[in-house]
Amino acid sequence: MKIVVPVKRVVDYNVKPRVKADNSGVETQGVKMSMNPFDEIAVEEAVRLREKGAASEIVVVTIGVAEAQPVLRTAMAMGADRAILVQTEAALEPLAVAKLLKTIVDRENPGLVIMGKQAIDDDMNATGQILAARLDWPQGTFASAVSVENGRITVTREADGGLETVDLALPAVVTTDLRLNEPRYATMPNIMKAKKKPLETIAADTLGVDLAPRLETVTVIEPPVRKAGIKVASAAELVGKLRDEAKVI
Amino acid sequence: MSTEIEREEMEFDVLIVGGGPAGLSAAIRLRQLLPDATICLVEKGSEIGAHIVSGAVIEPRALAELLPDWRERNAPLNTPVTGEKILFLTGKRGFSIPFIDRLMPAMANHGNYVVSLGALCRWLGAQAEEMGIEIYPGFAAAEPFIENGRLCGVITGDMGVTRTGEHGPNFAPGMILRARQTILSEGARGSVSQRVMKHFDLRQGVDPQTYGLGIKEVWEIPAENHRPGFVQHSFGWPLDNGTYGGAWLYHFGENLVSYGFVTGLDYDNSWLSPFQEMQRVKTHPEFAKHLEGGRRLIYGARALSEGGLQSLPRLSFPGGVLAGDSAGFLNMPKIKGTHTAMKSGMLAAEAVAEALGSEGPDKATSYTRRFKGSWLFRELFEARNIRPAFARWGTRLGALYAGIDSVIFRGRAPWTLHMRHTDHDALKPANETKPIAYPKPDGKLTFDLNSSVFLSATNHEEDQPVHLKLRDPSLWNAVNWGLYRSPESRYCPAGVYEAVEADKEMHLRINAQNCVHCKTCDIKDPTQNIEWCVPEGGGGPNYPVGM
Repeated sequence: MKIVVPVKRVVDYNVKPRVKADNSGVETQGVKMSMNPFDEIAVEEAVRLREKGAASEIVVVTIGVAEAQPVLRTAMAMGADRAILVQTEAALEPLAVAKLLKTIVDRENPGLVIMGKQAIDDDMNATGQILAARLDWPQGTFASAVSVENGRITVTREADGGLETVDLALPAVVTTDLRLNEPRYATMPNIMKAKKKPLETIAADTLGVDLAPRLETVTVIEPPVRKAGIKVASAAELVGKLRDEAKVI
Repeated sequence: MSTEIEREEMEFDVLIVGGGPAGLSAAIRLRQLLPDATICLVEKGSEIGAHIVSGAVIEPRALAELLPDWRERNAPLNTPVTGEKILFLTGKRGFSIPFIDRLMPAMANHGNYVVSLGALCRWLGAQAEEMGIEIYPGFAAAEPFIENGRLCGVITGDMGVTRTGEHGPNFAPGMILRARQTILSEGARGSVSQRVMKHFDLRQGVDPQTYGLGIKEVWEIPAENHRPGFVQHSFGWPLDNGTYGGAWLYHFGENLVSYGFVTGLDYDNSWLSPFQEMQRVKTHPEFAKHLEGGRRLIYGARALSEGGLQSLPRLSFPGGVLAGDSAGFLNMPKIKGTHTAMKSGMLAAEAVAEALGSEGPDKATSYTRRFKGSWLFRELFEARNIRPAFARWGTRLGALYAGIDSVIFRGRAPWTLHMRHTDHDALKPANETKPIAYPKPDGKLTFDLNSSVFLSATNHEEDQPVHLKLRDPSLWNAVNWGLYRSPESRYCPAGVYEAVEADKEMHLRINAQNCVHCKTCDIKDPTQNIEWCVPEGGGGPNYPVGM
């Protein structure tokens, strides 16, 4: 079975995002970028499935600028076999991303697509679901455990009230939650090998997909600074302040 | 680190430890000289530039020698210096030193550029990678690999070790990186360099190294106040006459200002806080007027070597060489270390290339000879008396001496002054020095420590052993607290060290996750009881471009 793992290049999770001076968006120039941590979990799970014998090939895909290549190399250093960069300068919404991914899935014909449940930059949590719908495949989102057997995949989902287990026929789309696994470190020999693995670049505008945005960003501002707290002397004072000043009770 | 672990090995012709200006310049020069050699560079930061802190006004001399077509290659030197001021500060006023270019030509910045050294290093890294140099960020050289009296490479840090020292689920053992020659370019007080200097006794007969702690912020200011290329330095207030240091302020890039403060780590007052000094200089009218209405974007800190020529160790040893601030090539009176680091890396590379070519000696002995014949030596020679003069006579007389040394003798005075003691020996017990009352942060120009460290984007994988170790834990209570009242809780610019009371006794809490890898604790601890070891690779600050 072939596995396709879509990954996204995002502002690194250690970086405090900064709004651009003109309020048009978040500053990404000169900021450390890395693989979306949820996607890292997806790559790791794909590699584990291959190690268990459930998969034979892992293809990672990203959509974005040429500078996104290092993210693909990282995925290959973790164990993916080859990579595809769908190159575009455009800022894409989940709908366009899912449409582009569908063209790749149609071409690659994998048994499983596994990807992060959301990206930590916009927290949309939509691409996996839209992709499953457009492929008309079953989906298992927020996976905290998966197992593949006899052409089916069992996915334990982190639902709101607890854990839900679904049994899906393959091919299917699975999106990963935080507790699914702890990704491995890319070792130096594997980073070296990854430099020689195939990386194919496809121009996004050759795939015949409407990439036009459906949303318009009006303004981006930083959240208001939290005011300093105060210490109260007694419960009575606290209640008084909550009632008279904060007016919440 | 346990030795029973089975370690994979990789072998290269040359291994370079540290991806700063010295290491990257060495890599590029080596490739130019030896097109077929295998060259590997390891860097503990998560990417090249992630751990780089510098002012920085740089002199393009070394860069032009290394890559004469640096302009065509779009090197990020975009802000030429357009005007400059040196100020002697009193509490409320600043007195400008006139005719800098005529009186102190070595200090004048005409022809230099205000840069983000982080950006320059990223650019150098990209040039080096294009030339086929293997660059591995996120891999820390944990210890020197010494065999048969010769440095044979390094052992990289284990990954995935838990806090208690066990192998976690994603444990990946460090590797032995073997090389015929190893270039150590870790910056000031590099942890591998320290051990190598000790092992090969490289500091014998030279002055002790003296350091400074540079703390920096990058600001974005309103466009109408921005004067690209304006550079300002100050000395005097708020430090007392016996403490060396001063502030810088550079306008560069798109409405950016680099502001920072260097405190000489040979200060004696145990109550002094370099961070607080750095904060309060911003309230001085000569600095406040540049920053008002702006917002602070980045914060960081790094120790630098100030000792200069007299403190340089022997540069080569069996199997390798020291380059950049690992050796201590910074030119303190000029307040510049980038061009000197780059040049030393290039000279080191030339010596290493010769040693590799000659089959015979395993020592790149021509390095010292090449250094002595270079402009780098002449520059450091002419600057050699300034820093020791400040250490000996204080700021005012030191400045006077600096003027005489540069104006009358042009740096060629027939004597050489020496640094007499190490920085940690200079610290006086707390009851012999005066506590300093620092003003509270106003949240506009000045800030507290925690919100500052936050802007360094520092992170360390949580579940790993503490990388700052007390050699003798019992010493802290008796000496650090008893005698000095926990100076580490004041000199650390990242809030790593906290003196806390529990069970009616004082204890030291080490918040190792905050560490910005400045190395000050390794330098200034009065009994040298704190050992800075490298944490897991990729940890530490994540300074963006602009730093």
